[in-house]
Amino acid sequence: MDDKNFLLLIRKIFIVTLLLSLVAIGLFSSTCYYYLDPQLTILQPKNQEEPIEDINLIKDGIHVSTGLIANEGVMLVVQNCTSCHSSKMITQNRATKEGWRSMIKWMQQTQNLWDLGANEEKIIDYLAANYPPQKKGRRAILKNIEWYELD
Amino acid sequence: MGNRRDFIKKGSLVAASTVLGLEIVFSNNLPKGMSPIILDEGDFYTLFNKDKDMVILNDRPWNAEAQAHILDDEITPASKMFVRNNGIIPKNIDVNNWKLTIDGESVESPRTFTLSDLKKFPKSSYRLTLECGGNGRSEFDPPAKGNQWSIGAVSCATWSGLRLGDLLTEVGVNDDAVYIGYYGADTHLSGSADKNPISRGVPISKAMLDETLIAYEMNGEDIPIAHGYPLRLVAGGWPASASGKWLTKLVVRNKVHDGAKMGGQSYRVPCESVDPGTKVEDEQMCIIESMPVKSLITYPKSGAMITLDRRLAIRGHAWAGELSIKQVEYSIDFGATWLSCELKSAHNRLAWQRWSANIKFPKKGYYEVWARATDGQGTMQPMVLPGWNPKGYLNNACHRIAVKVS
Repeated sequence: MDDKNFLLLIRKIFIVTLLLSLVAIGLFSSTCYYYLDPQLTILQPKNQEEPIEDINLIKDGIHVSTGLIANEGVMLVVQNCTSCHSSKMITQNRATKEGWRSMIKWMQQTQNLWDLGANEEKIIDYLAANYPPQKKGRRAILKNIEWYELD
Repeated sequence: MGNRRDFIKKGSLVAASTVLGLEIVFSNNLPKGMSPIILDEGDFYTLFNKDKDMVILNDRPWNAEAQAHILDDEITPASKMFVRNNGIIPKNIDVNNWKLTIDGESVESPRTFTLSDLKKFPKSSYRLTLECGGNGRSEFDPPAKGNQWSIGAVSCATWSGLRLGDLLTEVGVNDDAVYIGYYGADTHLSGSADKNPISRGVPISKAMLDETLIAYEMNGEDIPIAHGYPLRLVAGGWPASASGKWLTKLVVRNKVHDGAKMGGQSYRVPCESVDPGTKVEDEQMCIIESMPVKSLITYPKSGAMITLDRRLAIRGHAWAGELSIKQVEYSIDFGATWLSCELKSAHNRLAWQRWSANIKFPKKGYYEVWARATDGQGTMQPMVLPGWNPKGYLNNACHRIAVKVS
């Protein structure tokens, strides 16, 4: 009887130890994985092929992946401009045709922008039509004020 | 060590590694020079540990600014410091093999230093105001091209390192030296290996000032990656583009340095003022040196509503490039009358100065609180935009906040 109890005890200890080590190994390896892949890409849905189609997606008049206004010429801008710099460089700026032309010239002279050929005028037309200068005056009124009670 | 630091800064990882006691195991197993974090894509706020109220202007290259109300600290923490990058942040930084070369036609003989060589020089610490030359660009009319900074491209952190002057003295500089130029490990946006994103510098007179540092610490810690880890030239009071990040090489020149963004229209304003919208020839553009007098209201945040029976405490910072601040005033009537603020002296030269005031409003209504600083030579901030220039630099117009009294 004592031997049987002893065996049972050994067995219990064995099972508990086994379970604990399995938990430890699991924790250890998931932490290892987290270190190597903090984005946990393995957990993300596998249908990652979709974004390839999304490059052309237009929603509410906006080219979704760049935030550019989706008017005539937008894809030329996507192809020629946003492969080097962010589209934010375009959307935060405003200029006339002359202004945009001089930015392109500067990028060609100093930043390795290629010859845009016949597309240059189309790109400039798009930029000047969609991102034209706005009058700001010598000092604008304060806008977008978020009012709050001061404690 | 550096890689581990970058690693550990990833908040949640710290918790995991501490709990499991695995921190050392992992840092030892990490291949040398391995940086698992891709720094030119992903979430800006977690990549660089930035405050949620930072505003991203550009994500390739990274450019982001603070808002006035998050700049209230006397010493700007890394999380609230603006990021202005011209190229791609260097990958695989290996601090053990990091070298700084001193070269150029006006150096007696070229020398190369490791980080530990540099740390043997006497260490100095200064709070230094760094403001982007284009801070305030968004207000210019006609608009100026470039990142459309509003007011938040300014910081004042504690920088520590060796004096550039000590290093230049050690290497030996010829009498014909006029300028120093920097080169960093960042790479050009186009991917071209033979192009520098930016390589600017300062005249030798600025280089030899006590406060001009080759810094290896910011706010008592390693410099954050977005701000130049592991080594940065810091020339406070000048356009922050003069303070080269990820520093690998300094050149002592016998002429004005001609690196990327020194010439053309970059960081230059018309030598003679022009009417708005004028196209100015490169030869007529002069390099910006000391930044102009400016101030910010960092408390309260714009949009405060208070009751008439209460006074409103306001405070902020004021700075003036190489100069000190003599006076800060505020106005609640669009500049018709001005009242003096309390002004503290600077912690050291080139650090911004704290100012404060306590406002009693005469009656209910909408107010704007305007602040105006005066530098040591008596020059004040303008209430309207200063002179237009093609690239939209040096907008030091008064800052203001909106307040409603009911």
